[in-house]
Amino acid sequence: MGIGDEVHSDMRPGARLRSRYGAGPLHLLATIASLAFSGYVIGQVFDGLFPWNFVLWFAGAIVAHDLIALPLYTVLDRLAQRGTKAPHGGRRSISALNHLRVPAALSGILFVVWFPLILRLSERRYLAATGQTANAYLGRWLLATAVLFACSGLAYALRLRAVRPMRPKG
Amino acid sequence: MRKGAPRLPALPLAPPRIGPFRREFWRSPLRGPWLSSVLGSALLPLIVLCAVTGFLSHIAYDPALGSNSPIGRGRGLDLHLFSWPTSPAWLFAAVQGVHIVSGIAAVPILLAKLWSVIPKLFEHPPLRSLAHALERASLALLVGGSLFVFFTGILNIELYYPWKFSFVPAHYYAAFIFLAALALHVGLKLPVMRRAFRSTGILRPLRDDLAHTTPEPPDTSDTVAIDPAPPTMSRRALLGWIGVASVGLAVTTAGQVAGGPLRPLAFLAPHGRSLGNGPNDFQVNKTAASRGIKLADTGPRWRLKLSGARDLRLSRDHLLALPQHTESLPIACVEGWSTTQSWTGVRLRDLARLAGASDGHELFVESLQKGGAFRTATLSTGQVADARSLLALKVNGADLSHDHGYPARIIVPALPGVLCTKWVSAMKFTRT
Repeated sequence: MGIGDEVHSDMRPGARLRSRYGAGPLHLLATIASLAFSGYVIGQVFDGLFPWNFVLWFAGAIVAHDLIALPLYTVLDRLAQRGTKAPHGGRRSISALNHLRVPAALSGILFVVWFPLILRLSERRYLAATGQTANAYLGRWLLATAVLFACSGLAYALRLRAVRPMRPKG
Repeated sequence: MRKGAPRLPALPLAPPRIGPFRREFWRSPLRGPWLSSVLGSALLPLIVLCAVTGFLSHIAYDPALGSNSPIGRGRGLDLHLFSWPTSPAWLFAAVQGVHIVSGIAAVPILLAKLWSVIPKLFEHPPLRSLAHALERASLALLVGGSLFVFFTGILNIELYYPWKFSFVPAHYYAAFIFLAALALHVGLKLPVMRRAFRSTGILRPLRDDLAHTTPEPPDTSDTVAIDPAPPTMSRRALLGWIGVASVGLAVTTAGQVAGGPLRPLAFLAPHGRSLGNGPNDFQVNKTAASRGIKLADTGPRWRLKLSGARDLRLSRDHLLALPQHTESLPIACVEGWSTTQSWTGVRLRDLARLAGASDGHELFVESLQKGGAFRTATLSTGQVADARSLLALKVNGADLSHDHGYPARIIVPALPGVLCTKWVSAMKFTRT
């Protein structure tokens, strides 16, 4: 029996709590323990750490991901789906969709992780720390993107070849 | 199965069932409790590894000593469970390397996990019961905490600080918030996961190719599409794609941890470049220029202030005349890169004896640099006593370069790089 199980029986202990609270006693205990501990930690953050800036970035991260980034890549994906919808039959029956999606997402994740270097957002600090400029990163990312799309394109071409109907000779 | 729970009165501002608040809006045939469970199972070990190495890394600073604590002395939850050892010498490099690599490798899986459960953000009604309301509050801490911890960590590696708070305490405390919410989430979702794996089999959905990819059986978790679009990708292809992204990021980051011939693998990481073949051509974390170190301060007039039972002032020639020892030791940065070099200099314990300090002394080290979080460092008695701990004067047979701490720097096995003070100006041995 896990602590989140919501199976009902009025014979079970805690049935009244279950009807008032919406889950079993273990759920209540674990939830209060977790939230109370988080409350203590948030108190530490508010003890002289630019607390509101912390809260802003914390909440901003949720908004930026759930309400901006995710809808944005979903829309891009829908566009790609529409753009690659193939007419039925013929040699074009292999969808190009995943050959577009996969390299785009891999290049995208490299960008998401390394964008401060790629866009030279921390140039001054980077130079102070390493003694080097960050010039190289944009080019390297573009090169990685080129390789990813080229490999995907090659794979697509090979798959198209494999299904192309044999043309009668002569 | 919630008929026993009375619904909260409908909120006056409950969103109308339009757009994403309609179940029909979410059409991916791949979403469902099985997919979320598989992604969660892949993510959890990486997060545990990243968290454990993160806390070990904090302990490596010996935060109870002097002003070593990276979150600031005397703050809550400042873990110092044991005194950080000096053996094996690569301990900190390995701990920090695993921390950074596991964290970066988790990013694609985390994003996929969030994608797989996004319909829950728009579930209707938004609050079913008090239990549901508390759980959603905790989920906000879970999602916000995960994004905050991962992205502050990654931006710190790249020295990009677009915020106003100080990185280490914010990253440290957000990790506690994230882990507390995660522990609750794992506890609450274990039954959902068990149900999903029991109903579809743990690996069985991986056998389906695109033609056989169908939505998961409906479940109370509300992520299975009720008006699914035709599949464009099989589940195994989706997981393979996420796996390639994760392994790819891990390998390209690990290059700067392993160093040597593997370093160029880290082609997008900040310390992935090799700097040349000269004795001083290895990674720098803070240049002399950036710390305001002037040539005049490090020239012939430089003296090391050494104090213990007596005070001494030693020139670099004095130090070179003392018994010299050479040790091959890694220097490892909290940002996850490391490099092993051959250092030559005077043993810290020899300097302790010279200052009249017998065994059992801590060492307070001060740098010429004017500011910065780690201008000073305190080393433990164990670190001072280790025969491999040096005040290094040379590296790879040549004088230290200015960027590597000329005229003298500390090098101690398994000690975080920022505590291996460069441009040392004073050393004070104190009784604990």
